[in-house]
Amino acid sequence: MPANFTSAADLIRFLPEIILTIMGTLLMVLDPILNRRSSYAFGHLSIFALIVALGGSVYAYTQAGPAFGGLLVVDGFATFFRVLVIVVGILTILPSYRFLQRQDAETSEFHALLLFSVAGQCLMAASGDLIMVFIGLEISSISSYVLAGYLRDDKRANESALKYFLLGSFATAFFLYGVALIYGTTGTINLAAVRTAISGQNAPEPVIIAVAAALMFVGLGFKVSAAPFQMWAPDVYQGAPTPVTAFLSAGPKAAAFAVFLRIFMTAFDPVGGDWWPLVWGSALLSMTIGNFAALLQSNVKRMMAYSSIAHAGYVLVALTARSDVGTAAAMFYLAAYAFMNVGAFAVIGHLSGKGERYQNLDDFAGLAEKQPLTAAMLTIFMLSLIGVPLTGGFFGKFYIFKAALESHLVWLTVLGLLNSAVAAYYYLRILVMMYMHEPSDAASKVEPLSLGLRAALILPAIGTLFLGIFPGWVLDFAGKSSTLVR
Amino acid sequence: MNALALVLLVPLAGFLVALFIPRNAPQNSRWWALLVSLLAFIDSVVMVARFDRGSGGEQFAIDLPWITSPEIHFAISVNGVSLWLVLLSTLLTPLCVLISWRFIQNRVKEFYAFLLLLEFGLIGVFLAQDLFLFYVFWEVSLVPMYFLIGIWGHDRRIYATLKFFLYTFAGSVLMLAAIIYLYNRAGTFSYAAILELLSSGRLVFAPGEQLLLFLAFFLAFAIKVPLFPLHTWLPDAHVEAPSAGSVMLASVMLKMGTYGILHFCLPLFPTAARACAPWIAVLAIIGIIYGALVAMVQPNLKKLVAYSSVSHLGFVVLGIFSFTQIGLDGAVYQMLNHGISTGALFVIVGLLYERRHSLAITDFGGVATVAPWLSTVFLITTLASIGLPLLNNFVGEFLVLQGTAMANYTWTIFASIGVILSACYMLWMYQRVIYGEAGEEVRSHVGDLNPREWAAVIPLIVMMVWMGVYSQSFLPPVSKVNAHVLEQTRINVPFRVERFPSTRPEVARAR
Repeated sequence: MPANFTSAADLIRFLPEIILTIMGTLLMVLDPILNRRSSYAFGHLSIFALIVALGGSVYAYTQAGPAFGGLLVVDGFATFFRVLVIVVGILTILPSYRFLQRQDAETSEFHALLLFSVAGQCLMAASGDLIMVFIGLEISSISSYVLAGYLRDDKRANESALKYFLLGSFATAFFLYGVALIYGTTGTINLAAVRTAISGQNAPEPVIIAVAAALMFVGLGFKVSAAPFQMWAPDVYQGAPTPVTAFLSAGPKAAAFAVFLRIFMTAFDPVGGDWWPLVWGSALLSMTIGNFAALLQSNVKRMMAYSSIAHAGYVLVALTARSDVGTAAAMFYLAAYAFMNVGAFAVIGHLSGKGERYQNLDDFAGLAEKQPLTAAMLTIFMLSLIGVPLTGGFFGKFYIFKAALESHLVWLTVLGLLNSAVAAYYYLRILVMMYMHEPSDAASKVEPLSLGLRAALILPAIGTLFLGIFPGWVLDFAGKSSTLVR
Repeated sequence: MNALALVLLVPLAGFLVALFIPRNAPQNSRWWALLVSLLAFIDSVVMVARFDRGSGGEQFAIDLPWITSPEIHFAISVNGVSLWLVLLSTLLTPLCVLISWRFIQNRVKEFYAFLLLLEFGLIGVFLAQDLFLFYVFWEVSLVPMYFLIGIWGHDRRIYATLKFFLYTFAGSVLMLAAIIYLYNRAGTFSYAAILELLSSGRLVFAPGEQLLLFLAFFLAFAIKVPLFPLHTWLPDAHVEAPSAGSVMLASVMLKMGTYGILHFCLPLFPTAARACAPWIAVLAIIGIIYGALVAMVQPNLKKLVAYSSVSHLGFVVLGIFSFTQIGLDGAVYQMLNHGISTGALFVIVGLLYERRHSLAITDFGGVATVAPWLSTVFLITTLASIGLPLLNNFVGEFLVLQGTAMANYTWTIFASIGVILSACYMLWMYQRVIYGEAGEEVRSHVGDLNPREWAAVIPLIVMMVWMGVYSQSFLPPVSKVNAHVLEQTRINVPFRVERFPSTRPEVARAR
């Protein structure tokens, strides 16, 4: 094996990560040269890097297969999530041009860290091995910790970064314990091999497998902010700079769910009967805690944090279904969620003004009068988050609950759907504010839309509507890829 | 092109274009909305003319694949019942454009865009033959109404619109669960295919299963109707909505619920529907009497009409759950009647509000002296709403009561009380508003109808008389559909109450 350890095909399959890492490093080197000359150069460069990486991941898919002796697996599933996290990266950078300028914080680190984080997530999506999962997780997380505290003069951002870092490290440790247990009992860390090892004749003590699965569930549950490991999310989301919040709620979450699906649907599938009640409970708890806590929030970022906990719950419902349909539903939902959430945060960041002063619900008052386009786009995102038909959010939810019902999870479906009716209330409050109240201070002072922001609003809106009206393409691809997990 | 596709696509295209009309040209938005809604109306008239009344079944079917997995089709068609509901929607939309012409001065462009989107959603609900598509339209129609009430409504509009949205949304998520469940059992969303599977016995629901599915659908529909005790959103929504919103809500949107019961609940879950019929009938009767009693003591014009809707819709539900040909015919006819006469009531109340800027009954009085024509129109509408013979409601109420009498005589007795009460509250309201001494405010502000307002009320008055005098123009296709529905509900159950043969002569003689 060492002879062809790095064949050309291996490198092609590793292309997106290579591109992103090189470009990220390059950005840091270019910092002293470019700084202050052209404030937008970093943004342009990183968007360029992400687009090239996007091409790279599509090209890698044409050479699909395992790389580096099974450390990486490039298949439809991996490509789906690679494309998703790269697109999230692009959609994060578009609104951050103006945002960073307004906070006087335009440096190359922001973009470099973002690229590293995306690289880590790509790695997570494509890893076929627990160690690669861990490495990807760490690359992604450590960059995210720094990004959360990127505005260093902001007290809340500091709190956010510290909390994220401490709790995140804890969670990673849990995950690593799980990996260690698996390696200790089965002697392998390759996901497919673990699957064979625990389902075969000489399967190890089921208790140890159960404990390992539970430990990994804790670690990943933290990363996707599923209850009862959701405690960090509201503070971190509220404190982090808004584009970073948008990124955290979509990119790392999608990648963590990719890993979740890979590990639990590939390695731990044979013991599925043991772990699904755990996920069932976590799904219900996440939906309920997220939605009911969001009802009480007046800070929109905090509200969206709770909403993101609830949405993690919906995806967990798909995981509870333990079927290919469920996996495809989770993939589709994460794509739809990425669009609507990143779009919504772009509006929140746009409105918040210098020093992120305007983040309250009241600040959205009258936005429709002052900036109809922004309000209309946010309306699309909110309707999609509610799950109104003709938006991606609806179709995602529909597909998830369809998968759940196919797996006879009637109660979880009913409770989940009722939950989504509760959620309608707090999303509608934003629409009420924007359309049915007199303009507030914030809405009157809102800047005209820059080109980047316009793109950052319209592209996700098109994506949301496209996934709602023509879900076929993405769904078919997800359906085909979902069987490859095993 | 297929007339049916046009009826659906014209409002949608109109909505999309309306989005791009500049905000500072409100007059363009108004004319555009009028043009589009008139086009849709003409088109639906063409459709009605071409409709083959001999069969009454699903016609003008369009079936395009939309999503491949799960297989979802854009399947629409029209039958003898939905035909009239579509016509009702397309008739009322231009009238709503007209009555909003002056009243809506704020964000005109959005108002008319939402109105056209609403028309699209409502028509879609009546046409969809794919359960998934039906749900899509069901929810899509919710969004424009939410904005219509919330932006252009009165003081407590936000409370009212949130309540409206959340009530309906919460009710319909369980319907979504039931639709998915049906799909998982039947393997298709196609309504016709599911019925086929049911009637051929290849798809059988256990009694408990059927009951739960029925209730999941019925809850969504009952909230929309609204059936007592789920009606509490309705008075709020009606009172706070702008006139056009009230008209569309009362005349068309409530019919989504009754149409849903008739079109989906009965044929899909006949056993459960029959098992629940006594309970639902009791709720309907409570609604009839309770709605009338509450209407009687309302100091607010719109609230009075809103509660009268609760009462009138009780008749519709009662007629449906009588499971008799005449009762069902009467229920459908009453759906249309209520659309016309309550729509007209809301139009007139809107006109009064535009003049006097008040909805309190005590703020009026003596309107007859200053606005004789308005008062005359109001009188005709009031009498129609009460159920005076030769006007439309009489026919519907009579058929419902007759059908109910064939099923259960006690129901008829109690329901008849509602008829009496409706005369009390409507006439008393009319007396207080129109007669008496005209106050200073009324004299200075209330003028008679202008040509635009005439154009909005004349079609409704014509329909009231037409439907009251010659119901034969409307009922035959309805009866055909209802006969078929009754046939379908007989699949699993021996039919209990039919003593009359359900043929045309009986109905004709009854009238």
